[in-house]
Amino acid sequence: MFNKQVGLIHAVDGVSFSINKGETFGLVGESGCGKTTTARAILYIDPPTSGKINFEGKDIVSIFKSKNKEEKLKLRRKIQYVFQNPYASLDPRMTVSDIIIEPLIIHKLVPKKFCYQRLYELLKLVGLEEYHAERYPHEFSGGQRQRICIARALAVEPTLLIADEPVASLDVSVRAQILNLLTELQQKFKTTFLYISHDLSTVRHICHRVAVMYMGRIVEVAKTEDLFEEPLHPYTKALISSIPIPDPLAKKTRIILTGEVPSPINPPVGCRFEARCTYDKDQNCVKNVPKLVDVGNGHFVACEKTKK
Amino acid sequence: MVKKILKIENLKTYFYTWAGIVKAVDGVNIDVNEGETLGLVGESGSGKSVTALSIIRIVPSPGKIVEGKIIYKGENLVEKKEKTLQDIRGKEIAYIFQDPATSLNPVFTIANQLVEVILRHQKISKKEALEKAIELFRLVEIPDPEIKIWNYPHQLSGGMKQRMAIARALASQPNLLIADEPTTNLDVTIQAQILELMKNLKKKLGMSMILITHDMGVVADTADRITVLYAGRVCETADTKTIFYNPKHPYTQALLTAVPSLALKTEKLNVIPGSIPNLIKPPKGCRFHPRCEYAQQICTKKIPELTEIEPGHKVACLRATEINLKSPLGGSNN
Repeated sequence: MFNKQVGLIHAVDGVSFSINKGETFGLVGESGCGKTTTARAILYIDPPTSGKINFEGKDIVSIFKSKNKEEKLKLRRKIQYVFQNPYASLDPRMTVSDIIIEPLIIHKLVPKKFCYQRLYELLKLVGLEEYHAERYPHEFSGGQRQRICIARALAVEPTLLIADEPVASLDVSVRAQILNLLTELQQKFKTTFLYISHDLSTVRHICHRVAVMYMGRIVEVAKTEDLFEEPLHPYTKALISSIPIPDPLAKKTRIILTGEVPSPINPPVGCRFEARCTYDKDQNCVKNVPKLVDVGNGHFVACEKTKK
Repeated sequence: MVKKILKIENLKTYFYTWAGIVKAVDGVNIDVNEGETLGLVGESGSGKSVTALSIIRIVPSPGKIVEGKIIYKGENLVEKKEKTLQDIRGKEIAYIFQDPATSLNPVFTIANQLVEVILRHQKISKKEALEKAIELFRLVEIPDPEIKIWNYPHQLSGGMKQRMAIARALASQPNLLIADEPTTNLDVTIQAQILELMKNLKKKLGMSMILITHDMGVVADTADRITVLYAGRVCETADTKTIFYNPKHPYTQALLTAVPSLALKTEKLNVIPGSIPNLIKPPKGCRFHPRCEYAQQICTKKIPELTEIEPGHKVACLRATEINLKSPLGGSNN
């Protein structure tokens, strides 16, 4: 009874995007729009139902499906993940040194003798001290824990780092510290970042390009500047206008969306944003799925009304 | 002369834990004028919520109000008996809790929970109360209120639950509404809806409001005046424009510059070094001095008093007049 399947949730439905080497790519959207599922699909934690994910020229879905353990391990080293909640993603019974050295041993990156040396290097990199190494996660604050998570991810020198709302659970002043750390590390190691967030102001701060998701589909992709200066999709416009600006005198033209996100079990046939859209809608919007179209300068939009 | 609906004087709320006494709120002074929205801002652990809980006297154990006065409409709430307080809570002062999901009872329908609140303070029949509940639902702009009211909390989305929590708080037309981070758990587009709704309702019903938040963007938009708290003490109080354009306390300024903003794209965010102090053994003197870039010898010894430097602008900093702080919005705008 309890395990009865009541329906398929189309959490992510036909998403395509590409991330260039060395850039920070932002994935934004409201909760439940499929940002995290997309990221987890890249790592095969939530295996995709169909589709291709190319990483450094190879289709990684087929590698993860195969039984080639060696290749899988290699991939897992190259793609690392920093989770949303630093309180839940560190083993409470492992010390910081255990946590950070474990990936070094699994991936046989550093001879055992030099593990501690590498550990101290990593701790210093993320702004922690050597004496922190023998402590347990509960002895740290949220910001420090997130630093440990970042050190663990960087330990294996990944080429792609997926950061899933790394600052959502942190305080404002600590948030600034972690964001600065991430930008610094990227400049230093030229790592590619996939930054997932619902907070557009942090996205504007650290991302080079941004994709906006709504109900499992990408509605707009553009360079950060273009997206914020000249959003084209009605959803992006509403999203940007609803961010509270910390300036009491700022002129606000807020687009208030009516209603809430429809159920992903039975999504609308055509454009998924149609019910909440502020544009003049017609039959075309209800029936046809809008395609992601290039409008020039690397700016893509999925809206029938914007194309002309 | 504006009438003050609430005046908190030298409030001290301590928590008596096994590790020591946590001085969560330590000498806080706050005024709320009639009809205004006061924004209460600070990091987590700054004592915002404890101050608010103290007002309606529901500080959880082992917390206790040890000193101070909370004067609401001329009467000191600290001296009131529990029975009288029960008549004030919900009717005079209503509270919206941070997490709408946990402040609703999962085993009762929404109708049940709303009617209960209405019947507690008003002498009307159940049928009338139900009609009133539906009316409230319409007020907070919930579609199909006649149907939705028979739902259980789990059947509603986060935004709906928060609307329901607002409806419950407004049930007996309170004079003062305390909203503790009412939009923190919501998505941006829903947050915009809820903030707009609260602003309109406040105007319509003529309430006063205390809005607790850590989001500077939210207060800029909704508050008339702002009080900044740090480690259980007030740093600065002024009207919203002054706080944003002419901050006098280093902590206020640091809070403003630490937020990534859509308006200003900066390379590096300003960082407040360190973190909020341990309130069992708070720093001597000014509590912000270990993290303050302007701190001097005197700051470590003398406790700064909240002093009025301009009419309506109070600051608790020994060096407030010496240092020249710049607002990220482009300096003073007097």
